Amino acid sequence: MRVLVIEDDKEAAGFLQKSLKESGHSADVAGDGENGLGLAREGGYDVLIVDRMLPLLDGLAIVKTIRAEGDRTPVLILSALGEVDDRVKGLRAGGDDYLTKPYAYSELLARIEALARRSAPDEQVTRYVVGELVLDRLSHRVTRGGENVILQPREFRLLEYLMRHAGQVVTRTMLLENVWDYHFDPQTNVIDVHVSRLRAKIDKGFSTPLLHTIRGAGYMIRDGDV
Amino acid sequence: MAMSKAGHAPLLSSAFRIAASGLAVFIAIVLAIVFVVFRQTDGALTSEMLSSLSTDAALIAREDGVGGQDGVRRAIEMRTSVDPDRLYLLAAADGSKIAGNLDRMPPEIAGRKGGGVFSYSRPSQREGARNSRMADHQAVAVVTTLNDGALLLVGRDIEREKALIRRVRLLAFVVIGALAVAGLVGAYLVSRHVLARVEAVNQTARSIMAGDLGRRIPIEGSGDEIDALAGNLNSMLDRIEQLMSGLREVSDNIAHDLKTPLNRLRNRAEAALREQGSAEDCHVCLERTIEEADELIKTFNALLLIARLEAGALEGQTEEVDLRQVVGDVAELYEPVAEEAGLSLSFESPETMPHRVNRHLIGQSVANLIDNAIKYAVGHAGDRTGDHAARSATRIVVTVRQNGEMVEIAVSDDGPGISAADRARVLKRFVRLEQSRSRPGTGLGLSMVAAVARLHGGDVRLEDNNPGLSVVLRLPRTAGRLNG
Repeated sequence: MRVLVIEDDKEAAGFLQKSLKESGHSADVAGDGENGLGLAREGGYDVLIVDRMLPLLDGLAIVKTIRAEGDRTPVLILSALGEVDDRVKGLRAGGDDYLTKPYAYSELLARIEALARRSAPDEQVTRYVVGELVLDRLSHRVTRGGENVILQPREFRLLEYLMRHAGQVVTRTMLLENVWDYHFDPQTNVIDVHVSRLRAKIDKGFSTPLLHTIRGAGYMIRDGDV
Repeated sequence: MAMSKAGHAPLLSSAFRIAASGLAVFIAIVLAIVFVVFRQTDGALTSEMLSSLSTDAALIAREDGVGGQDGVRRAIEMRTSVDPDRLYLLAAADGSKIAGNLDRMPPEIAGRKGGGVFSYSRPSQREGARNSRMADHQAVAVVTTLNDGALLLVGRDIEREKALIRRVRLLAFVVIGALAVAGLVGAYLVSRHVLARVEAVNQTARSIMAGDLGRRIPIEGSGDEIDALAGNLNSMLDRIEQLMSGLREVSDNIAHDLKTPLNRLRNRAEAALREQGSAEDCHVCLERTIEEADELIKTFNALLLIARLEAGALEGQTEEVDLRQVVGDVAELYEPVAEEAGLSLSFESPETMPHRVNRHLIGQSVANLIDNAIKYAVGHAGDRTGDHAARSATRIVVTVRQNGEMVEIAVSDDGPGISAADRARVLKRFVRLEQSRSRPGTGLGLSMVAAVARLHGGDVRLEDNNPGLSVVLRLPRTAGRLNG
């Protein structure tokens, strides 16, 4: 995966570049807005990571510009401004996701991988299949090995999100934002309890677990070991 | 910041300038009235006199018909002997004098029909004046043509009336002048008084700028508008002082609650560096360092959010939502967590509650309240003194209800509760009752809820749930600052 990092803090940019390389991706770095826009226009990137406050040209302006030019490359906006209205502004400008500084690298990685492997629009997919687990979006039915799994509506949405990102790490905040639409950090780990309830329903009594906990990062649903 | 000058000259003050310009307008109006009155009086006087002169002239002209020119001359002599102010002149058609007490036909009225005003000279009558001294007098006269073509002027000296008018005019000017002087002096005194009181405000402001936040503006007790202003300024200063001391308290707390973990973090890193342990030790140490940093970030975010809430930075970001839905969702989110902790969490709401709020902030507040209820549900033996016996909660009830003009979101438990004395204190930032210091949390959850409530124009109340604690977030139907 080719990533363009537009970030004016040299150390932060260097850290991202090094970490992304270790995760098996390649990353270019632009130190200011104009340089960043130039590189983004050349194209060929799978994801752009854009800091909001940049010298010469601010991050939102870059995103607006490339969107106006018809470039649909996924964009993750990074910002020290973390209130709900800042997030809304970022997404309105054309960003696909928004991450507040300071962030954990595992969180950033999970999010850009989710963005980059964004498949066909969700509406066109009616079934998700992971191993013997099948989720039918139209009939709202979930089966594992042909047997019905009874889920609460929220559990269904949780599983749906995990399965849409099958094989990818999904963090707790990603779940909180996408399944519950909350943009705050609950003090206790409420997500863990919900996930373990879901796990009890889909994995209990089966020899191969599908829902895995990724230590220090989040969860992943996949057939086979992580 | 430029400090204002120590004092203003009363003449430059706005009070004086306003009074002076008012006075100027007043005097201009009085002058205009006086001018008009004099013009009118003068005109009326002259026309009255002209009509009586015309009558006299007609009488003399009749003498002409009876006794000819001699009759006229007699009539004139008779009249001039009585009153020297009455002026007569009988002149031939060419203007040469035949009889009368005027020397010549005044050119101003020679050809004018109906007569008019003219000037002439006559010996001064003032006492002590030399006879030869001549004085300019004004007079009114009519001129008629007699049968034989001779001209008859009948006039009257109006110098006395003119003098009277001049005296009255002088008097008017003196009165107006005195009025102006009195007005200016009054304005000066008023503005000096106002300035003195404004200066008292200024002095207080300067002391406060210099750092003496406890100073207050003296109040005269007259209950006038300056007293009202001073009263309001004083209340404002009270509020500022209260905020400042709050801020000081907060910064002390920040020093404690942020510096303590920072110090721990630093110590740990230093120790790891010094001890040269195995790679695994290092790994564990780094993991704990990151955990510590995450806790710091949480505390920092919570502080920042509260600061923004109290500054009103999130105003205007409201939407019409069903509070039952919003609160119910959070209750649902926490229900499994409560169950894991061995508590039952139920949600009660009689009806839909359409309300204009900031959905995210209300959601987070309810989450904080439920989180607290779960966290503090378990009472520790020996924790409690007095009437609150140590006990553990078994159930948490979340309700949304209408209470008069308020919508109340209540999170109630049947746990150990908080003693009445501690209730006001726990709403403050960083306050964690001693018995809870050992448990995780930033100590900011409840003060964030209080800040959200204030932003929505409501408040937070801690009530006794008999047994247990009930925290009630009250939002007015007509929300406050957010929608104002």
